[in-house]
Amino acid sequence: MQSVASQPHAAQPLVAMHGIEKAFSGVPALQSAALDVAAGEVHALIGQNGAGKSTLIKILTGVYSRDAGDIRFAGAASHLTSPREAQDSGIATIYQELNLVPLRSVTENIVMGYEPKRLSVFIDWREAHIRAREILSRFGIDIDVKAPLGSYSTAIQQLVAIARAVSLKARLVIMDEPTSSLDAQEVAVLFGVVRSLKEAGVAVLYVSHFLDELFEICDRVTTMRDGQTVSVRSIAQTSKLELIADMLGRNVDDIKAAGMTDFGGGTAKTGDVLLQADGVSTGNRLRNLTLTVHSGEIVGLGGLLGSGRTEAARALFGVDTLTGGDITFKGSPSAPANPAAAITQGIGYLTEDRKAEGIIPDMSVRENLTLALLPTLTINGQIDRKRERQIVAHYIDALDIKAADMDQPIRELSGGNQQKVLLARWLATEPELLILDEPTRGVDVGAKLEIQSIIRYFVDKGFGVILISSEFEELVEGADRIVVLQDGYCVSELHNPGITENTLVKAIAQHHQQNEGAA
Amino acid sequence: MSAPTATSTTASKPVRSSALNWKAIRAHGGIIALIVLVAFNAAVTPNFLQMQTLFVNISQVATIAIVAMGMTLVIATGGIDLSVGAVMALAGALAPLLFLSPWGIEYPALGLVLAFSLPLVAAALCGLFNGMMVSILNVQPIIATLILFISGRGIAQVLTNGNLQTFKNPGFSYLGTGKILGLPFQGWLALVLAIVIYWIVTRTIFGRYLLATGGNEKAARLSGGPVRSVKIGAYVICAFLSGIAGMIVVAINSASDAARNGNLMELDAIAAAVVGGALLQGGRAPIFGAILGAVIIQLVKYTLLANGVEDEVALVAKAGIILLAVYVQQVRKE
Repeated sequence: MQSVASQPHAAQPLVAMHGIEKAFSGVPALQSAALDVAAGEVHALIGQNGAGKSTLIKILTGVYSRDAGDIRFAGAASHLTSPREAQDSGIATIYQELNLVPLRSVTENIVMGYEPKRLSVFIDWREAHIRAREILSRFGIDIDVKAPLGSYSTAIQQLVAIARAVSLKARLVIMDEPTSSLDAQEVAVLFGVVRSLKEAGVAVLYVSHFLDELFEICDRVTTMRDGQTVSVRSIAQTSKLELIADMLGRNVDDIKAAGMTDFGGGTAKTGDVLLQADGVSTGNRLRNLTLTVHSGEIVGLGGLLGSGRTEAARALFGVDTLTGGDITFKGSPSAPANPAAAITQGIGYLTEDRKAEGIIPDMSVRENLTLALLPTLTINGQIDRKRERQIVAHYIDALDIKAADMDQPIRELSGGNQQKVLLARWLATEPELLILDEPTRGVDVGAKLEIQSIIRYFVDKGFGVILISSEFEELVEGADRIVVLQDGYCVSELHNPGITENTLVKAIAQHHQQNEGAA
Repeated sequence: MSAPTATSTTASKPVRSSALNWKAIRAHGGIIALIVLVAFNAAVTPNFLQMQTLFVNISQVATIAIVAMGMTLVIATGGIDLSVGAVMALAGALAPLLFLSPWGIEYPALGLVLAFSLPLVAAALCGLFNGMMVSILNVQPIIATLILFISGRGIAQVLTNGNLQTFKNPGFSYLGTGKILGLPFQGWLALVLAIVIYWIVTRTIFGRYLLATGGNEKAARLSGGPVRSVKIGAYVICAFLSGIAGMIVVAINSASDAARNGNLMELDAIAAAVVGGALLQGGRAPIFGAILGAVIIQLVKYTLLANGVEDEVALVAKAGIILLAVYVQQVRKE
């Protein structure tokens, strides 16, 4: 391995996939896709949702079989048929959802399946703990390996997964959206680990929606679109704009003209007060929320993770019971007792966690889309199936949802299309106030633009939106006003036009400083 | 664009068609198992292709199928109901008590009406108890229904002083011995109930919420789904159906035996539901699958008994079927 490391871009790549074809029930997912990764290289794989990244990776790791094409791994033709074979041959995958056991100790998670044995029957725990500590120390992690994995942050868990992969002599580590749930400091630690993997001659295939990260960590970028590999670029000789243009299949100049996340905040004329919350608190980390939303207005909720943004949404939507404060909606007092009551009032809530709180995976696009609408779609308890199909067809068309047909299970759709179905679920209820919690998270650039324009269209019709986003850019450019939260209190309010990322960051940071001063 | 599409489809064609066949076998495993069982019996078991055999099997399978449908609804919410057998015993014990009471003898028509209705009310109340334990107190379904699993039969035995109650009441016995178009009444009843429940699952808002609750409870609730009422509804329907089954058993025997009525029915019903394609994690409610599962289990039992295999061995065979069904589900998931 050392010799390979000394010449990272050797003539013979570690992974060489060429002319890969794959179709699912006749619908082509990959057409002449290609991927080359050299040993000791950090190689990014980007593309919109549905571009074929996941399919290509799953073919590489033996989860799917290919219809056509060659794969060579470490110089030899590769015919993997299961993820286990992939692992044994040196390909490790760190998935978005970690496949570890949170209730068991860090050590158990690292040595699982490869435990050191005493008398070839009993697990030698002393030796196992030592080994686990040793493996982690190589990444500069010093934690109690006997503690349950679940007691550590997502970042640490992710690093443990990587450590496990490397301890299994991985030569290629595939990371799927590794930073999507990490904060800035944790990302820095992760990048440190990626660099040390690179130094050890391990190749890293890095899948991410965050383009800024690629410039920090990657050597080369492969871009996919519509199941095909459209470009392979050296990161040093490309720009963010070029990559976006590749992904979207558009011209660089067009994108420059349009701007990236601006959905036109601050220019709309706002109407009457739609929602008024006064001193709202819940038992769930929301202490004093005061918030006004006018019709025709996007109000952003800013703040760090844990500042009470999602909790505010839950309180307004009747998920958490209020312990204090008043909510007025459309002029009359109303604190919804449960989500059903909130929906009846005309409020919709797109949740942050698409998988856990949004989609019903085994149900069809149709059934997912009309779920919140059901009570009004029913005659004497019986669902009006004709109207249901009409409504679904309308939204599939209006939001350009890409699905084989409306009876396809939603789990088979790409993340961006799932999100559009969920957005349609709420639009179909014709709400007057939409609460959107991270509406574009984990969604590719193209779908993001579409979702943002749908939101703007909705607001322009005179409805109100509460927008929660961790992306400062999205808040600054999208919201008409931003209310900054911290520890469940509203600490300040910014008005557009005039907000910049800097003023927002300052507003968030300032109050933290003041608090420290006061304490 | 068109050229690669053409090549990819031709390249994948042979692979797909063989995969489809294997898929077809797995998807219709239940039907195939049924055909194999019937063919085997036709060849081996004496007198299998007689009307009498059909009657015996229909009257036996009806109770399993009726309870299995209810179990399927509960399983669809991600729950399980162990109390079905006990609820059968309770409803079965109550019915004769009502028409045998002095009051019931004095007004036989009214006694009969009450004998049909009150036990079902009692059964539904048991379901209400189960449902509230699960959805309001958040007790694990297996523990929540264990309470009535143990006490329900106890109550039934207390009501009857632990005695076998025999009776002669043609009106009530029709439930177990009546015939329509030459086929047992309870077979028709099971069929009608299946159609009604299938309609509820596929066409009503309750059915949609039921599957949504089992598929992703949080998402269902955040979309305004009344998940608590839906779960309670599933347990109530399940108990109600169990009550019907309990009364059928009593009607067949013209006697109620609280100690034996519905004994081990929870296992048959769960097995039938699983063989029929219900997923234990919830989100799927194949009603006709449950009937198919019930038929298969009954036929295996019958096949073994008719060929002189002991009852105890039949139990092992039943376990084998469940194992096979679970295996098929596991494979299907991928």
